[in-house]
Amino acid sequence: MTATKTDAPVTATNDKSPAPAGEPLGSARSERVSALVQQHGALAVLVVVSLVASFSFDSFATGDNISNMATSSAFLAIVALGMTFVIITGGIDLSVGSLFALGGVLAAWGSRHGTLVALLLPLVVCGAIGVVNGLLVARSRLAPFIVTLAAMLGARGLMLALTDEGANTYLIGKGSFLAELGQGSTLGLGNPVWITLGLFVAGAVVLRRTRFGQHVYAVGGNEDAAALMGAPVARTKILVYTMSGVLAGLAGALNAAWLASGVTILGNGMELEAIAAVVIGGTLLTGGLGYVSGALVGVLLLKVIQNVINQIGSLDSSYQQVVSGAFLAVVVVAQTWLGRRRQLM
Amino acid sequence: MAPPAEVLAVRGLSKTFPGVRALDDVDLTLHAGEVHALIGENGAGKSTLIKLLTGVHRPDAGDIVFLGRDVSFATPLEAQRAGISTIYQEVNLIPLLSVARNLFLGREPRNRLGLLDFARMNREAEEALRAYGVRVDVRRPLRSLGVGAQQMVALARAVASEARIVIMDEPTSSLEPREVETLFSVIRRLRDEGIAVIYVSHRLDELYAVCDTVTVLRDGRRVHHGRLAELDRLSLVSTMLGRELGEVRKEGLTKFTGDHHATDGQPVLEASELTVPHQLHGVSVSIRPGEVVGLGGLLGSGRTETAKAISGALPTTSGTVMVAGAPLRRGSTPAAIRAGISLLPEDRKSEGIVPGLSVRENISLAVLPRLSRFGLVSEARVDSIVDTFIERLRIKASSPQQKVGELSGGNQQKVLLARWLAMNPKVLLLDEPTRGIDVGAKAEVQKLVDELAADGLGVLLISSDLEELIEGSDRVVVLKDGAVVGELAGDEVTEDKLMRTIAGHAPDRDAVEEAATDG
Amino acid sequence: MAEAALKTVPLDRTRILQWLQTYGVYAGVALLLVVNTVITPHFLSAENFRTQAVQVAPVIIVALGMALVIGTEGVDLSVGAVMALAASVTALYLGYGLVPALLVVAVFAAAVGFANGALVAFIGVQPIVATLALMVGGRGLALVLLPQLEDLRNPALASLGSGDVLGIPYLILIAAVLAGLVAFVVRRTTFGRQLLAIGDSRPAAQLAGLPVRRVLIVVYVVCALLAAVAGVLATARLQASDPTSLGNLMELSAITAVVVGGTPLTGGRVNIAGTVAGAVLIQLLTATLIKHDLPPSWTQIAQAIVIVCAVYAARGRGKR
Repeated sequence: MTATKTDAPVTATNDKSPAPAGEPLGSARSERVSALVQQHGALAVLVVVSLVASFSFDSFATGDNISNMATSSAFLAIVALGMTFVIITGGIDLSVGSLFALGGVLAAWGSRHGTLVALLLPLVVCGAIGVVNGLLVARSRLAPFIVTLAAMLGARGLMLALTDEGANTYLIGKGSFLAELGQGSTLGLGNPVWITLGLFVAGAVVLRRTRFGQHVYAVGGNEDAAALMGAPVARTKILVYTMSGVLAGLAGALNAAWLASGVTILGNGMELEAIAAVVIGGTLLTGGLGYVSGALVGVLLLKVIQNVINQIGSLDSSYQQVVSGAFLAVVVVAQTWLGRRRQLM
Repeated sequence: MAPPAEVLAVRGLSKTFPGVRALDDVDLTLHAGEVHALIGENGAGKSTLIKLLTGVHRPDAGDIVFLGRDVSFATPLEAQRAGISTIYQEVNLIPLLSVARNLFLGREPRNRLGLLDFARMNREAEEALRAYGVRVDVRRPLRSLGVGAQQMVALARAVASEARIVIMDEPTSSLEPREVETLFSVIRRLRDEGIAVIYVSHRLDELYAVCDTVTVLRDGRRVHHGRLAELDRLSLVSTMLGRELGEVRKEGLTKFTGDHHATDGQPVLEASELTVPHQLHGVSVSIRPGEVVGLGGLLGSGRTETAKAISGALPTTSGTVMVAGAPLRRGSTPAAIRAGISLLPEDRKSEGIVPGLSVRENISLAVLPRLSRFGLVSEARVDSIVDTFIERLRIKASSPQQKVGELSGGNQQKVLLARWLAMNPKVLLLDEPTRGIDVGAKAEVQKLVDELAADGLGVLLISSDLEELIEGSDRVVVLKDGAVVGELAGDEVTEDKLMRTIAGHAPDRDAVEEAATDG
Repeated sequence: MAEAALKTVPLDRTRILQWLQTYGVYAGVALLLVVNTVITPHFLSAENFRTQAVQVAPVIIVALGMALVIGTEGVDLSVGAVMALAASVTALYLGYGLVPALLVVAVFAAAVGFANGALVAFIGVQPIVATLALMVGGRGLALVLLPQLEDLRNPALASLGSGDVLGIPYLILIAAVLAGLVAFVVRRTTFGRQLLAIGDSRPAAQLAGLPVRRVLIVVYVVCALLAAVAGVLATARLQASDPTSLGNLMELSAITAVVVGGTPLTGGRVNIAGTVAGAVLIQLLTATLIKHDLPPSWTQIAQAIVIVCAVYAARGRGKR
């Protein structure tokens, strides 16, 4: 059994701060406070930002704006859901942006052959790429970032090959079931929003209340120990990459249904947005700890900030990226500090 | 009353690793409800035996009969499922998962929908842990617990999985005394329930407190087995170390001449009251120029930690280190090196050599800045230093360009020595300098240590090889459980005395006793 | 007999693998050259070689920095973002003259590199994660500074991008000089040796008293500076600053060049000649496919396969 490098990111730095002598072991209160910040910090920020925005901009807290934000968040949220599972196992999936685009194109292309094909094709193809990712990571023990980086390239190539190098945009017929799925709304909220909510509930149940979910945490927390404790490490990893692929494909398909076409230029940099959302939502990038709800909050936070930046008008939308990057850096530094302090205790 | 059933019968177990016969024809029998001490020094074969029993390695020869069946486990998991659970020295659980989830991973209670039933799981976990003296909120992450409590969770998990044999590999190394008591009561309960325990520890007090029977391994062979009560402490230590009692004469088997004598005067190194939580409790050592000071004690007594604390690699919470009268900045390896302290680490392969780099680069690694001008390496000066040391230490490599990872252990060790000697150190800390290297290289290294001391270096020598320690050292400071329990100087530096000091009961009483006999 | 056979087969295979890891990239380049000479019309023209070289030069420059980072067992995903940032900053400050603009670019790049290095060395964040944050934020910053493509009219910059000496474009010369310089640093300086030691065995390097943190920070700063040079050169060649697309996927190309060139991701070794050859290999592969009217999508798929194969072949190599 070879030890992998996923854990112990701070082992080499322990010469910096000697453990304080008098500190009581694992003071429960600070532990709880930091866990609270980790889990709900993003939610607090989201609430504050939303409140400030609704007082500052009349057009922010309107039904239309909220509904728009919800729908545009839905697709990223579905991708982030899969990413959450991957990151909790200590991995990373950089291919989701390409799979998102590929899923959209496949759905639009498939819609000419019936609804079933349009829905299944993206799931099957993107899922298959996810399986390959998982096999290379789990069985061949290649670094997740390089495997999924290659998959990102390969999937984008496949998508371009399907669309005559991006020149061909397949359309989804009006009135078809697929179009209805993407564009229709129920009880005032777009169908993609309901689907997303459903997926998140299912995801939360799977992660928190099934043995597979426990294995996901265990693999990310300490792979060797997990193997000794009987967790099927390889199978768990393959499954999470497959899930991530399927979900990215589904998000792409829904997005295509919403837009009524398989747009080829989408998904660039989406992997970064998804990772940022997941991490901002309190999931440890080193694995072993994370929340499905956090991913949702992270996505909403990113989208609200984007909306605010748009509302300000004078600001370019690229501030969004700066803010995401800064958020990501702050969160990661905070996680590392918290993690190290707890280790010393 | 019928005799308890035989749970495990090991016959003629052998295992060879490249170049080492790790285990040689070892037998071991274990009955239900027996607590069996497995002891031996480093390299005696304890961990190999455990790894064969738990499916980490497969034996070259011999049988393992478990519950009357011939078994051969392919993985630790398989062994665990069959009923052999192991508790490792370092807790092997998932630190970020809650206590309850760690306890139940893989066998979580589920409700009718097939979903995990957390309420029941937490309730049962709390109940189960109460028996181990652990009263915590089981929903908290495991890492928020103290190491002792974590160890208890590991134990509870091992026992809960229907284990018939529980192997404990130095379970108390990070426990507080109160926790050790709890552990013992758990072990006694296991015994009453008919579970067999293999207990590996170097703390003699513990062995006598809890074990019924003992197997002593040395150099891969079983050298003693029987009831522990029939073997007194001193015999146990001497069996373990392979030295006859009363064998006090110097045999001259090592290459130490012992003709260097400490010059009088100021110590070149003065470490006082070094403290590292759970590892060192106020250890003080001083070395004069030209003196070889041995650090005696069993495995886990704090020898390596002392060397690391002096060299700044292990952060201390209190205590000072003075080199030639000047205090050293705490916890900084570069500062210690600049002051003239060089550490040859125990774990040569992962902390000493840089395996992918050449002999030349490894030797010049630390001294490189001194051989460079404006960051440009003077290849000629590097070559001259490298050639000097390759010749002086008789390093056998196909060329200076050969990768260090490809050399034999002895030559790797010499490369490391060369790396430090190139720095012109004042103090050499040698942690097991001859472990795992062949006889010829061993003799050469020993001779070299002698020469270096004669040249006026202060040397701290750590060795599990008693002969080496006794013959190489002018003075031996004896450690036990992270504290100094005695010091032998001059004519007292004998194996007999050393073993008696190590075997002593409570550290403080021992020190008094030692002082009394010395006086 | 059976035993002997068992022993020799894997030995031969490891030897072949080792040979492939060290020389495979050169063999690949040679093979592509030969194949193209035969099947591609007008391949053997100075003009074609110059085009290929000019195209590959920025990749080589970025890959040099990446090789150093990978040598320390790290990775830098922010190089593409740094290129974009360099393009933006160049456009903003070009009004003050080329040299002041380049100085400001250097300051920005060094700041990004320092941030990466500090996150890795002082805070102990994994390199992927640390540089990911800068990757997201860096491109955002580039776009904030310069929201869209801007044409640049500066004779000095233009000559930097398309000028030549004795028929050899500046771009190629700069890449060659930098490659030589980095190779020299790796081989002949204290810093180079310390870098390799840290990548090979961090605990051993620490116990040997090496300035681990300082070396790591310098490595990330150098990597960012090299990426900035590539960004400026690419901008100079385009005669336009394009922060939206400049340097997209550059991290991937650079990592590919490094890995294909025989530098293991596990650190402790840096093969500069191989890295250059790796970049050339990918460039030739792309050019071959394009010249034979295979669409870019195919080149992407081919590149993905080459990466996975190279990483797979390098698996288990490096440490012991």
